[in-house]
Amino acid sequence: MIHYDKVSKIYSDNSIALDDVNLSIEPGEFVSVVGQSGAGKTTLLKMLLAEERPSQGSVFFESVDIHALPHKHIPSFRRRIGVIFQDFRLLPHKTAYENIAFAMEVAGRTDEEIASDVPHVLDLVDLGNKMWNFPSELSGGEKQRIAIARAIINQPDVIIADEPTGNLDPLNTREIIEILNKIHEMGTTVLLTTHNKGVIDALRKRVITMDKGRIVRDDKSGRYVL
Amino acid sequence: MFWINIKRIIRSGFVNFWRNGFVSLASILVITITLFLIGSLIFFSAVLNFALDELRNKVDINVYFTTAAPEGDILALKGNLESLTEVSSVAYISRDEALAEFRTRHENDFLTLQALEELGENPLGASFNIRATETSQYESIARFLENVGPSAEGNSSIIDSINYNQNKVAIERLGRVIDGAETLGIAIIVVMAAISIVIVFNTVRLAIYTSREEISVMRLVGAENRFIRGPFMIEGFLYGIFSAVVSLIIFYPVTAWMGGATERFFGGINVFDYYIANFGQIFLIITVSGIVLGVISSYIAVRRYLGGKYYQVK
Repeated sequence: MIHYDKVSKIYSDNSIALDDVNLSIEPGEFVSVVGQSGAGKTTLLKMLLAEERPSQGSVFFESVDIHALPHKHIPSFRRRIGVIFQDFRLLPHKTAYENIAFAMEVAGRTDEEIASDVPHVLDLVDLGNKMWNFPSELSGGEKQRIAIARAIINQPDVIIADEPTGNLDPLNTREIIEILNKIHEMGTTVLLTTHNKGVIDALRKRVITMDKGRIVRDDKSGRYVL
Repeated sequence: MFWINIKRIIRSGFVNFWRNGFVSLASILVITITLFLIGSLIFFSAVLNFALDELRNKVDINVYFTTAAPEGDILALKGNLESLTEVSSVAYISRDEALAEFRTRHENDFLTLQALEELGENPLGASFNIRATETSQYESIARFLENVGPSAEGNSSIIDSINYNQNKVAIERLGRVIDGAETLGIAIIVVMAAISIVIVFNTVRLAIYTSREEISVMRLVGAENRFIRGPFMIEGFLYGIFSAVVSLIIFYPVTAWMGGATERFFGGINVFDYYIANFGQIFLIITVSGIVLGVISSYIAVRRYLGGKYYQVK
């Protein structure tokens, strides 16, 4: 489903973010990417979101070369991927409801669909009572659950979670990982990066270990080893 | 879907405008100052034009005819003069009118009137009062008059004197002053308008700079550019409308306060009366300027963050 073919990323100051990466991810997989800061985890994800262009190699999504897509097809491509960030990145001037509704609006969904789906997904992440709160009125864990709700609302093929628990306490971390697990069980491919050893060890799913832009380990049911 | 999208963009623009209250207020303030400046330039140019027209109207040349000049010749000359493009108007004062005017002017001066009576005939010649369309054209009109041939009946010229030559230096200097004032006025207007546009543009850019993270999130959620840009342009539109209304309101007391002073100083033009009389036109100029400034500034400012395919907010 996702295929990185000899992908390298070299920045203008000659620092190497990715070095000849080959990686295939099958539909329905739950893949964790671990590694120290600067190992290239985030760059790997940005390539998939068409946020950054590889210096060499190609990234394929269902046999389509993402970086050969014309500019105008990028938004519709991105709507097939749900993204979750460490710093939540909610729209600060929109309520929890509106943040999720926005993702549906840009996908061209009708007002009726929005009115029925948004409360449903908020209940799913257990935030039905915070529908009309602004992000500034929510805790870190609540913000991250809103972000997850926004990421899954359009039923994407892939969820990308870039250190989603980096700013959360252990209890919230466990909840977020449980939600991601649930999304995965419903058939969505999940791509997670994290620094959290406990999370990786508890998941017992495929683990890719990166170091200095290279993939150094790829374990089918791995543990956090650095 | 098209109309649903338009509706969503408009609604989102209104909501953002309201929720970003402080940024909206700051932008409105700056645009209001700019529109006030643009409005002031309108008044400035109106007062300037009025004052310059007044000056221009004070410049004229008089042609005095000999007492023997036949009226037919004079009227023929008037016709010739009026056919010249340089001539704006020719006022003919006949011998009888000149005499009547002389009498009224000296009605309390018994000695003069008595002397006039003793002369027994009208000693005054007819005259023309000529105004040119442009101050610089008086010289060519004077030259034209000097070349007017002798009367058809006699050998001597029908023109006694032309007062252009006496006033030549003053007229030329006044012409230069008027031209200079006009050029300076246009320069001030152009410079002020340019400065105000740059200020508005930068304010809106700063306002949108605070939203750059939001824009990058919208892009990652898969929003198309028009979905991101649209609400900002609606906000810009609202900045323009509000600023226009505020500055039009401010102009009311300001022009009322200055009206009397301008009337006394420039002799005849009251900016308050001018504002009321030309309100429709001023309303249109100010409102359209506000909207155009707001919308175009927003468009250009957002474009910076929509950039290329790989643009990222650092």
